[in-house]
Amino acid sequence: MSVILTAIATLGAIGAGSAGILYLVSQKFKIEEDPRIQDVLDTLPGANCGGCGFPGCAAFAATCVKAETLEGLNCPVGGQPTMDKVAFILGQTASKTAKKVAVVRCSGSCDERPRLNLYDGSSKCSIAAALYGGDTGCSFGCLGLGDCVEACTFDAIHINPATRLPEVVEDKCTACGACVKACPKDIIELRKQGPKSRRIYVSCVNKEKGGVARKACNVTCIGCGKCQQVCPFDAITIENNLAYIDDDKCRLCRKCVAVCPTHAIIELNFPPRKETPQSPKEEEATITA
Amino acid sequence: MLKSFRIGGIHPKENKLSAGRAIQPIAVPAQVIIPLSQHIGAPCQPVVKKGDKVKVGTLIGKSVGFVSSQIHSSVSGTVLKIDKALDASGYKRDAVYIKVEEDEWEETIDRSESLVSESAFTPKEILEKIAAAGIVGMGGATFPTHVKLTPPPGTKAEVLIINAVECEPYLTSDHQLMMEKSDEILVGITLVMKALNVQRAIIGIENNKKDAVALFTQKAKAYPGIAVEALKMQYPQGGEKQLIDALIRRQVPSGALPISVGAVVQNVGTIFAIYEAVQKNKPLVERVVTVTGKEVQRPCNLRARIGIPLTTLIEAAGGLPESTGKVICGGPMMGKALASVDVPVTKGTSGILIVPSPEAKRKAMNDCIRCGKCVEVCPMGLNPTLLMTLTEYGVWDKAEKNAITDCIECGSCSYTCPANRPLLDYIRLGKGKVNGIIRARKN
Amino acid sequence: MEQKLIVSPSPHIHSGDTIQKNMYAVLIALIPAFLVALYTFRLDALLITVLSVLFCVGFEYLIVRFIQKKEPTVLDGSAIITGVLLAFNVPSNLPVWILALGALFAIGVVKLSFGGLGNNIFNPAIAGRIFLLISFPAQMTTWPMPATAAAATDAVSSATVLGALKHSPEALPAIQEMFLGFEPGSMGEVSAAALLLGLIYLLWKKVITWHIPVTILATVALFTGILYLFDPIPLYDPLIHLFSGGLMLGAVFMATDYVTSPFTKKGMMIYGVGIGLITVAIRLWGAYPEGTSFAILLMNAFTPLINNYTKPKRFGEVVKHG
Repeated sequence: MSVILTAIATLGAIGAGSAGILYLVSQKFKIEEDPRIQDVLDTLPGANCGGCGFPGCAAFAATCVKAETLEGLNCPVGGQPTMDKVAFILGQTASKTAKKVAVVRCSGSCDERPRLNLYDGSSKCSIAAALYGGDTGCSFGCLGLGDCVEACTFDAIHINPATRLPEVVEDKCTACGACVKACPKDIIELRKQGPKSRRIYVSCVNKEKGGVARKACNVTCIGCGKCQQVCPFDAITIENNLAYIDDDKCRLCRKCVAVCPTHAIIELNFPPRKETPQSPKEEEATITA
Repeated sequence: MLKSFRIGGIHPKENKLSAGRAIQPIAVPAQVIIPLSQHIGAPCQPVVKKGDKVKVGTLIGKSVGFVSSQIHSSVSGTVLKIDKALDASGYKRDAVYIKVEEDEWEETIDRSESLVSESAFTPKEILEKIAAAGIVGMGGATFPTHVKLTPPPGTKAEVLIINAVECEPYLTSDHQLMMEKSDEILVGITLVMKALNVQRAIIGIENNKKDAVALFTQKAKAYPGIAVEALKMQYPQGGEKQLIDALIRRQVPSGALPISVGAVVQNVGTIFAIYEAVQKNKPLVERVVTVTGKEVQRPCNLRARIGIPLTTLIEAAGGLPESTGKVICGGPMMGKALASVDVPVTKGTSGILIVPSPEAKRKAMNDCIRCGKCVEVCPMGLNPTLLMTLTEYGVWDKAEKNAITDCIECGSCSYTCPANRPLLDYIRLGKGKVNGIIRARKN
Repeated sequence: MEQKLIVSPSPHIHSGDTIQKNMYAVLIALIPAFLVALYTFRLDALLITVLSVLFCVGFEYLIVRFIQKKEPTVLDGSAIITGVLLAFNVPSNLPVWILALGALFAIGVVKLSFGGLGNNIFNPAIAGRIFLLISFPAQMTTWPMPATAAAATDAVSSATVLGALKHSPEALPAIQEMFLGFEPGSMGEVSAAALLLGLIYLLWKKVITWHIPVTILATVALFTGILYLFDPIPLYDPLIHLFSGGLMLGAVFMATDYVTSPFTKKGMMIYGVGIGLITVAIRLWGAYPEGTSFAILLMNAFTPLINNYTKPKRFGEVVKHG
């Protein structure tokens, strides 16, 4: 019995002593920190993705607290609701930002863009891109080796094995921009998510002359300029044989989609058209004829 | 005991199938494509336009910037267009398309075979002629030669080293050139010695070319200051830093140029081009190319004009074999695999190697078993497996600390790895990234 | 184009060296020691070795296939080596179920739970042996007399040389017997001569370099040799230390395991010296008569640290000028 008591007493004493030491040390080395930093940090998603441009959420929280205004500070993952909460904690107003989403600007699937050689190096886009133009005739398009997939911390982008092209899972994408940085061909772009996720964009980055580009891929932008002519809002520019739609100016009228002879312009999440003014298939036939 | 470099090295099988085959000139096809970027540095500005008549030796691309090199027409005919063309780099770049008519040469070029050994040019004139002739390092690096022969202020060359190692398996173009043009090469060496104002030159030849060693040892007696040294067969004996270490026992410090230890290295093919440029007024319009491979009908050494498509050369060697899996521009260790054989010969094309498909595919990769064989063979004394891991995880600061930028991309690590790990793939990627970070920091 | 060309970054040739080749070379190098074990311990040796290999390969196959759900790679030879080395490290009369436990621990815990070949921190065979030694000290330290001597005495158990060294130095066998392997001990350890033959083969085939085995043996010889100079008793005799116990087997086959030894020459030598020192320290002053396997296990743990602090000699660092 006395053995048990001694044991309890000794262990209890050691425990109490250690707790005391821990308490004293933590008091002694306590760092005074603005409590609001912790509050802001708690509202942030905690993904530490770096999408805000700061190394991790803690750094972003500290910057927000120190900053005079929240102008230019945005957490792409949490989006507007998070930034509103942060603004509330800090007694400021958040700047309005449109939710963005990653968009893959290449539609060169295996059917549209035949493989001309077999790549046998390490399965990494950046290594293949440093070696040569890629295994198709298009040296601008997607290599399909998945650097973007590896870069994504949200499991929001996957390679479709049928097309060998990456596809973005919109619900999971936080527009952190990791895939944009990872892509050696600069194919992925962050674009406005749009009302009801409706988006229109040129799904091609080929800067070669129309004929050369067309030879390599069926769905390439040939820089013909039809979309530019038809656009009522001056949203489309053509540079280096490649059309680009400015998502600030685009009003989603879909006129460009209809005229594109190669189906390089893509519309997403729109309701089906009531009547097609002119079948794009026919259009293509007239162009290639 | 033969001389060699002191760290690492491997012994790949030589496979010099085309050794001893006399250099054959190859007929010019109906059209050539001459890329405007055949060297390290800024691409050339075209100085001809569609419809212009050119002769062999006519300047068609003017060098812009300090590190750049002139480009001349290798044929006579009419300029068809200036457009993008796929070259051995794997990307499309600007090139001059020329329709071939006759074979008319610029009058200033001396086309005779006679040896001109006397030279009254001053060092400055020699350098000017080299620059005007568009000569670049012909071992494969294609660095503009006149830049390399102009030591930066404050440095002084002490010794000229002639790289006649040809340590890449299969390739024989330098070897055959040495056997056929020994006198021209020796005159070329004296010219470069004069240009650099050095009294000493060493020709380093790997000991698998005993005939070349004997020939040059005998002939060099007539040239004061030129020594010949047989080197141990060990890859990468022809690496610039390795060769300097082997011959004069000095190691170029990390990040420095060979001139920092008083050495200037020139490839033997470059020396021959210098001889032709200075003594014969002939710009660099052709070079010797080895076409070889285990299943190639007639492995051979060809004298090909710049801009001829590789297909023409392959036809001359008996055509592309049925079994072809891979076509490599250069040697098997450092050469570039081609996506298409429809690319032109350029100044840096030392050989075309055709690999049968069973050998062309890489074997499946395993986990690293930490055997340390890559560390053992690395001629730069790096730790390849560590550098690969650091690149995989993007730890650039550590990669820099472990001297990833010292890598010479010789491929010894990947060659050796028993787990078939693509070490060099990753190290090359990491080296590029770290170099980018260093450049960004400087600016 | 009718045929698609294959494109990959350089280099385009490979030495042809594979993990299998290295592993099977090690197995070939183990043959002399195996033959001596057969001669010394007769059928028991064969039985234990075959069973041990079967256990190791079997466990690896089952675990990889059904627990990790990956494609088993048992034929790379590493599990076979673990099996052979484990067998060599136990007495030839060990109960089979204990052997099976050892194999399960070596393969399942030490090797596969860390990620399989290349990712394990400790040498599986060494860790398996130590696991058995600690769990079943009686069975693991009861050695049969060699069959060569058994005819006379028919002894079931006898002390090893190292045991005798500590407790009854008068019972020591002659040095040449230890060298050839006719003394009691774990079955693969007994013949220094056969193990040295294996070492020569491995060096010739360039599977390993001399650095690790030579530094271990030299350290042991030097350490005990110095003590012997001051006090020439059998306990300090360097020859006895070199040719007895598991030192030779450990130095040649277990310490040189690629996965758990350092990369660089410098690192290998630090590692070797460490093993030598710890071995002698345990042998002379520890509770166990033998310390090689503990020494290797300890230095395995230091390998990442050694790798971190020993950089290969870089080009350009040797001499700056002249």
